[in-house]
Amino acid sequence: MALDENRRRNQIFSIVAVACLFLFLWSMHLFADDYQIRILNNIGLFIILAVSYNLINGVTGQFSLEPNAFIAIGAYTSALLTLTPAEKEMAFIIEPIIWPLSVISVPFVVSLVAAGIVTAFFGFLMGFPVFRVRGDYLAIVTLGFGEVVRVIANNTQTITNGPLGLKGLASYTNIWWTWGLAIFTVFFISRLVRSSFGMAMKAVKYDEAAAEAVGINAFWHKMLAFTTSAFFEGIGGGLLAHLITTISPTLFTFFLTFNLLIMIVAGGLGSITGSVIAAVIITWGGEALRIVEEPMDLGFVEIPGIPGMRMVLFSFILILVMIFARQGLMGTREFSWNGLQNRLLAWKGRYLKAG
Amino acid sequence: MEFSLFAQQLINGLSLGSLYGLIAIGYTMVYGILRLINFAHGDVMMMGCFFAFYGIMIFSLPWWASFPIAIVLTALLGILIDRGAYRPVRNAPRISALITAIGVSFFLENLGLVIFGGRPKGFPRPDIFAGIYTIGDVRFLGLSVWVPLITLALLLFILFLVYRTRAGRAMRCISYDMETTRLMGVDVNRIVAITFAVGSAAAAAGGIMWAMKYPQINPLMGVIPGLKAFVAAVLGGIGNVVGAMLGGLILGLAEILLVAFRPDLSGYRDAIAFGILILILLFRPTGLMGEKLPE
Repeated sequence: MALDENRRRNQIFSIVAVACLFLFLWSMHLFADDYQIRILNNIGLFIILAVSYNLINGVTGQFSLEPNAFIAIGAYTSALLTLTPAEKEMAFIIEPIIWPLSVISVPFVVSLVAAGIVTAFFGFLMGFPVFRVRGDYLAIVTLGFGEVVRVIANNTQTITNGPLGLKGLASYTNIWWTWGLAIFTVFFISRLVRSSFGMAMKAVKYDEAAAEAVGINAFWHKMLAFTTSAFFEGIGGGLLAHLITTISPTLFTFFLTFNLLIMIVAGGLGSITGSVIAAVIITWGGEALRIVEEPMDLGFVEIPGIPGMRMVLFSFILILVMIFARQGLMGTREFSWNGLQNRLLAWKGRYLKAG
Repeated sequence: MEFSLFAQQLINGLSLGSLYGLIAIGYTMVYGILRLINFAHGDVMMMGCFFAFYGIMIFSLPWWASFPIAIVLTALLGILIDRGAYRPVRNAPRISALITAIGVSFFLENLGLVIFGGRPKGFPRPDIFAGIYTIGDVRFLGLSVWVPLITLALLLFILFLVYRTRAGRAMRCISYDMETTRLMGVDVNRIVAITFAVGSAAAAAGGIMWAMKYPQINPLMGVIPGLKAFVAAVLGGIGNVVGAMLGGLILGLAEILLVAFRPDLSGYRDAIAFGILILILLFRPTGLMGEKLPE
């Protein structure tokens, strides 16, 4: 009974929190300038990507490096589906696009779902060879798949338009899409993690042999995490394509994976809350850090801007996090209303006893 | 295909393959004793090239002075990376070490972009390597012959080091059991540092020859050769120095011959390595000459 009420209360809290977020987004929509909207979009997008990447790397503990491949597949799928036949004919100047793609054009939302499904399917296929190996080998093989996808995108002229890429996509993606899907992703993945499937994934992470011994099929739970992750990365890819409106194979290098990796490591491998916080801080902080790349005038001395310095700092931060704060921000802990309540009560007990 | 063309491609393949092999030696030695994929290895190679480049361009050293100095500096860089980034995470879970290695790799690349600039720089090719020789119908660059010869000399030297010296014996002991080796009174950290030095020096030598071959360098040049050399190390059986060289040769020949026989597929050249990697891990994860099973 009390448990039920507690749950009701927490649900109401969550709904209120989401409503507050939407109010905030609405006010941003009304008053913010393009640059701020862009950062908001990036944050929402990176929440989707980081949280879904964290599912396979953090929650299931299978350290893999393939998100750039998944994002590429999702982006191309979605972009090829929303472009109109006329636009495609214009874009594919070297060789015409192959048949079924040349006539299809669907609404954005359908293309996003398709991007998710197609990417999940590729993830599923990729999972069979990939999960025959573990540890560092898994990392390298998935990294290899990322490269292979990029090489294929570069060479299949009749499908992806090769190195020319796809230009002039409609900018459908706005803060409602990115943040709406970000909330959906967080909700879906945290439910999954708390379900029996999620428990099994964690068991696989901590001790695969022991998990197998109590009857958990490690392979299929890895596959579930991988495919789910691929699904959301694919959707993220679709959003990305219609956010920046131009995609080409050079966009989907390991660099993209590296950004996500910093986020989930800094947030704490295995913590959804951590991934969300890190996605916000790092995306926003990355913009704020542009300062180091611009010339600085300190009055008495002028420091010339150093382009590219941000990435040096980011990689340095990653090394420092690994050496000094291996748990990241949150470790494997998660935010919960009960946890917050306990914190507040403890705080009240400590400081407000007299009152 | 005519014989002369085939012979020419064979020479090219051998020289490319020996470069992969030289870089792979560093991967295989470090992995053999630490079980760490040194992601930054390709970038260490890149740094070696830039050391050599600036030795010639800024300090106007002759190549025979600049190249050895660059190799020594790269060896020191390897030691520094081990000391600064890898030793602190040596007892952490292996994934932490791997993430650290990725961090070091990106750090070096971006530092390179900031310091050296992103624009490719032409790398000088000393006259001794630049001659073009003709035997019958086969035409080739002098460098293509020098590369396998220098590689062979370096390989013999490294083999001597690993199998005939005390430090080498200690390396092989650590690869079996680090803790026991420590208990036997071996200074493990020193031996690991030596391993990094040797591996990085080999990478620098490979990198400098690579730079002379395609005569230009840029801060991201180490990424693809680094990944391919890792594949070569896995192919040969990771932890095995001769295997790494063999894997490198196979990979180099496979790439060159694909481009020669099927020019229409040349765009897929960079994908071959990973295709081989996936196949080898599926069917023979120990590699061609490896004994230990990868975990």
